[in-house]
Amino acid sequence: MTADEDPHQLVGAYVLHALPAAEEVSFENHLAGCAACRAEVAELSEVTLRLASAEEADPSPELRRRVLDRIAHTRQERLPRDRPHGLPVRQRALRLALAACLVLAATFGGLAAWQHIQADEARTETTRTQAQASALTDILTARDATISTQKLRDGSEISVVASRAQDRCAFIASDLPRLGDDQVYELWYAAKTGGLRPAGLLPGSGGGQARVLRDSLDDVSAVGITAEPAGGSRQPTSEPLGIVTVPA
Amino acid sequence: MSKTGQDGHGSRRHSSAEAWLDARLKRAAEGDHDAFADVYDALARPVKGLICRVLRDEAQAEEVTQDVMVEIWRTADRYRPELGTARGWVLTLAHRRAVDRVRYVQASAARERHSALLAEDRPFDEVAETVERHEDHHRVRSCLAALERHQRVPLVLAYYQGMTYLEVAACLATPAGTVKSRMRSGLRLLRRCLEAR
Ligand SMILES: [Zn+2]
Repeated sequence: MTADEDPHQLVGAYVLHALPAAEEVSFENHLAGCAACRAEVAELSEVTLRLASAEEADPSPELRRRVLDRIAHTRQERLPRDRPHGLPVRQRALRLALAACLVLAATFGGLAAWQHIQADEARTETTRTQAQASALTDILTARDATISTQKLRDGSEISVVASRAQDRCAFIASDLPRLGDDQVYELWYAAKTGGLRPAGLLPGSGGGQARVLRDSLDDVSAVGITAEPAGGSRQPTSEPLGIVTVPA
Repeated sequence: MSKTGQDGHGSRRHSSAEAWLDARLKRAAEGDHDAFADVYDALARPVKGLICRVLRDEAQAEEVTQDVMVEIWRTADRYRPELGTARGWVLTLAHRRAVDRVRYVQASAARERHSALLAEDRPFDEVAETVERHEDHHRVRSCLAALERHQRVPLVLAYYQGMTYLEVAACLATPAGTVKSRMRSGLRLLRRCLEAR
């Protein structure tokens, strides 16, 4: 998406699942801070649901049997208690990040997808991973990728995966608490010289989140997160919930 | 079959059948196999119908339907009734998985063949044979038919063929920006038409 394009125009393609992976990510960044687009996504999702509901086909009787048989042996996943334990930090963060890769169809209209964060799927769902060979994957697979993780006071966890070579980083969070309706999470770059500048917004609905952050990582020494009024702020208006140092 | 198999009686969102289904999915999330069987019985037909429509291949559609149903069981804990109906949650996932599959599997040659067919605006003549029509199908179809061709074709290519807007643009030799805005305006018009009936 170039600067002179109106991001609001992407709403239609978004609810049709017709955005390429990288644009889906950046549109979701926009959605997090744009109530008008969120409302339109909800509206237009009703239309795609009608399109979906208009089709019917009889599944074979064996399908029912196979599915019920499979689920009898399939463990259900629970959020947020389902986080892997005992893995080295790097591996845990990678699992989370890969999981997030699979669900970039995030937020409101695509809420089914957002609600389907699947760590274990990362290995098996090659379909998805290949289709989403996105900016996030690029960062995760960078040879020089570093992962820094911090636990927040409420028990949620934030990580920054950074590649100095690619000059980009991704922010990954698990179990972020839900904010008030008129609030969003805002991410900040802390410059080596001390200044803060906005690095992206996350929806106030919290939960699991993954975002490739905007702009160059050049002078960045850390990434911070605060709660801000909807639409975000130019400078933080509240105490940081967490700050993750990005290795030089 | 369950009480939610039929559509077209007022707002789905608030109907008691939908509320019942939402509750069954919540129960399934707690590990209740019978509740999951209810969800399956209510939604397997539309799930397979939608997947079949996108994949145009009966065997693959069965396979993806199975995967989607098992995924629903596994991840039912993520369903949030306050954000939408169980039907919406399940069908959104089904569409997403069908699109994933089609993008992964279909070699570009095959896709271009489909595109060429669709560019001739015959989207409804080649529905897989197993797909049945019912009341809501006809309504959606007539509303789609009421759209201008330049708005209908991008919607059909994206939603039913799993194309990205860039692929649609290439297929129709139309600028990408135009395709994006036509998808949006087409959906808005479609919404107006569906609500008017
Ligand atoms: Zn917007």
